[in-house]
Amino acid sequence: MAVLITPETKVICQGLTGSQGTFHSEQAIKYGTNMVGGVTPEKGATSHLDLPVFDTVAEAVAKTGANASGVFVPPEFAADAILEAVEAGLDLVVCITDGIPVRDMQRVKREMHGRKTRLVGPNCSGVITPGVGKIGIMPGYVHSPGKIGVISRSGTLSYETAMQTSNLGLGQSTVIGIGGDLVSGTNFVDALELFLDDPDTAGIIMIGEIGGTIEIEAAEFVKSWNRKKPVAAFIAGAAAPPGRRLGHAGAIVSSGMETAEAKKEALRSAGVRVAESIVEIGESMRDALKG
Amino acid sequence: MDIHEYQAKQILAKYGINVPVGDIAYQTHEAERVAKWLDEDVMVVKAQIHAGDRGKAGGVKIVRSVQEAVEAADDMFGMRLVTPQTGPQGEKVHRVYIEAGCDIADELYFCVLNGRDANGITVIASTEGGMEIEEVAEKTPEKILRINLAPGVELQPHHARKLSYDLGLKGKTARAARKLMMNVFRAFYDLDATLIEINPLALTNAGDIVAIDCKMSFDDDALYRHKDIEELRDDAEIDPLELEAARHDLNYVKLTGNIGLMVNGAGLSMATMDIIKQFGGKPANFLDVSGAATPERVAAAFKLIYSDPDVKGILVNIFGGMMRCDSIAEGLVSAAREVGLGKPLVVRLEGTNVKLGRKILEGSGLPIESVKGMAEAAEKIVNAVKKAA
Repeated sequence: MAVLITPETKVICQGLTGSQGTFHSEQAIKYGTNMVGGVTPEKGATSHLDLPVFDTVAEAVAKTGANASGVFVPPEFAADAILEAVEAGLDLVVCITDGIPVRDMQRVKREMHGRKTRLVGPNCSGVITPGVGKIGIMPGYVHSPGKIGVISRSGTLSYETAMQTSNLGLGQSTVIGIGGDLVSGTNFVDALELFLDDPDTAGIIMIGEIGGTIEIEAAEFVKSWNRKKPVAAFIAGAAAPPGRRLGHAGAIVSSGMETAEAKKEALRSAGVRVAESIVEIGESMRDALKG
Repeated sequence: MDIHEYQAKQILAKYGINVPVGDIAYQTHEAERVAKWLDEDVMVVKAQIHAGDRGKAGGVKIVRSVQEAVEAADDMFGMRLVTPQTGPQGEKVHRVYIEAGCDIADELYFCVLNGRDANGITVIASTEGGMEIEEVAEKTPEKILRINLAPGVELQPHHARKLSYDLGLKGKTARAARKLMMNVFRAFYDLDATLIEINPLALTNAGDIVAIDCKMSFDDDALYRHKDIEELRDDAEIDPLELEAARHDLNYVKLTGNIGLMVNGAGLSMATMDIIKQFGGKPANFLDVSGAATPERVAAAFKLIYSDPDVKGILVNIFGGMMRCDSIAEGLVSAAREVGLGKPLVVRLEGTNVKLGRKILEGSGLPIESVKGMAEAAEKIVNAVKKAA
């Protein structure tokens, strides 16, 4: 039954009346997403795109029964918007906003601890369950309903992956853009867990990048599985030169595990099929499914 | 955003942290004024560039008179300092800092930074100051003391106590060190810093603690609420092409190869670099035109890449997504006409209205090679650049 977005998902857009919120909500409605309203402070009791607009998330939930939100507000207000959605008890909050200060997201992380809300993002392309609905900025038409779960730090690479798996007839159960920020709500391990429990997902594709170690943790997690699902992966940035650093401390924090090669090696040793180029990711998944 | 050592020290001083007395000079006569004003037996002349390891490259000189200070500063102005952190072309020195010498008994290391995967702030201390911390971590990892704070948690006095004990400090010095740690953390937290590294952190013979060198970086996304920090930006430290890119809100990094790249999305940009390398080519830049690839921004990005004399051929790889490929193609064609396209150009477009986009490229009468796949695009541009060489 796919993950995160199902036919039971009722979506509101925080920042509905802004230009980004308007454009992407229009696209989401066209795609068939069950959009039930929007939130823009001071614009309550109006309507936009034929959807009711509310002043607060709590009111939107009370009046529409919404259980998910897409956050399209400017970066200086985004942390507050996420926390408002958490307080209102939503199951899923997808934050598209790029450029939220790290300190704000660290505070969000602390406040969310022990709460039931799942945050995806920020700085991500969003979540789509093909044929059901989408919260995000991804082009719907490259996706098709199917059996591959896709987890990607990069938006554009998730579109490439969706297109390839669609062309191969595999399709996608759900595509989760987890985003590229330092502090994010959902990482590879969280998303892998969701797909592992999903009967509609037969295989999983991970699209990672250089920097950080969430791919290494994902490799360790895959290694620990009892019930297997085939996994294929691509790590972008093998050709990227090490960036100029001001201090040295960054390099010792993750002890050399941030390179593309280290990540690929860790994934290979966990039995993951690693594509050397993004153009091969669909075929890698197909081969992994054959076993 | 990075700032200079002297600016970082001014911030430290505001947060109650001891730093040597000093001032900045932009010209030799100013250096003379500063040295005369300091009037110390021992002074240190330090080239201000946004890169570490300046000492070995000749960017730090200990001097014993005003005359020596002036000579050292005069040598440094205009010099290109090459350190392991600058790259082979080095960084040109425009500013020189002169400060009082310090009576150092021992050197420590202290750093606060955002830990990538812990999602919280990491605090690092070591008794091995004055050395490259990477080297310490490699050779004597037990000498790296580290506290990983949970997300949203601030440094507490008990953390500072533990660090001071583990550093082997006692009495007045231990108290001074704890105060410093709390103050550095406060500065880090208040100012949305991403890194404050003090190395060395000197213990003086009088038992004081003094920050001898300091690097600071700040979260670009939080600068809107720190206008005073934003004013410390030094454009001379940034590559002119990168500055021009920033004006158009493009994410651009100059690299050492000869194939100009224009891609949307950081992930796709990196994957494009990877595939260029697989076909034996070298990218001249990383350029992410990002989500809102409007015809105007596409044109600005194209002209920017084209203007780089190192670029011998250009590959455009755009996955339109929400963008319409026809408007991207129009932006490209008009920019290519404007520059008179004398370099090979391969374009791979995908996304909404892709057929219309390809038709515009093919019908432009310009020597633009329009291809469907990423691998094909990479192979074509690598071969075209090889042939032209």
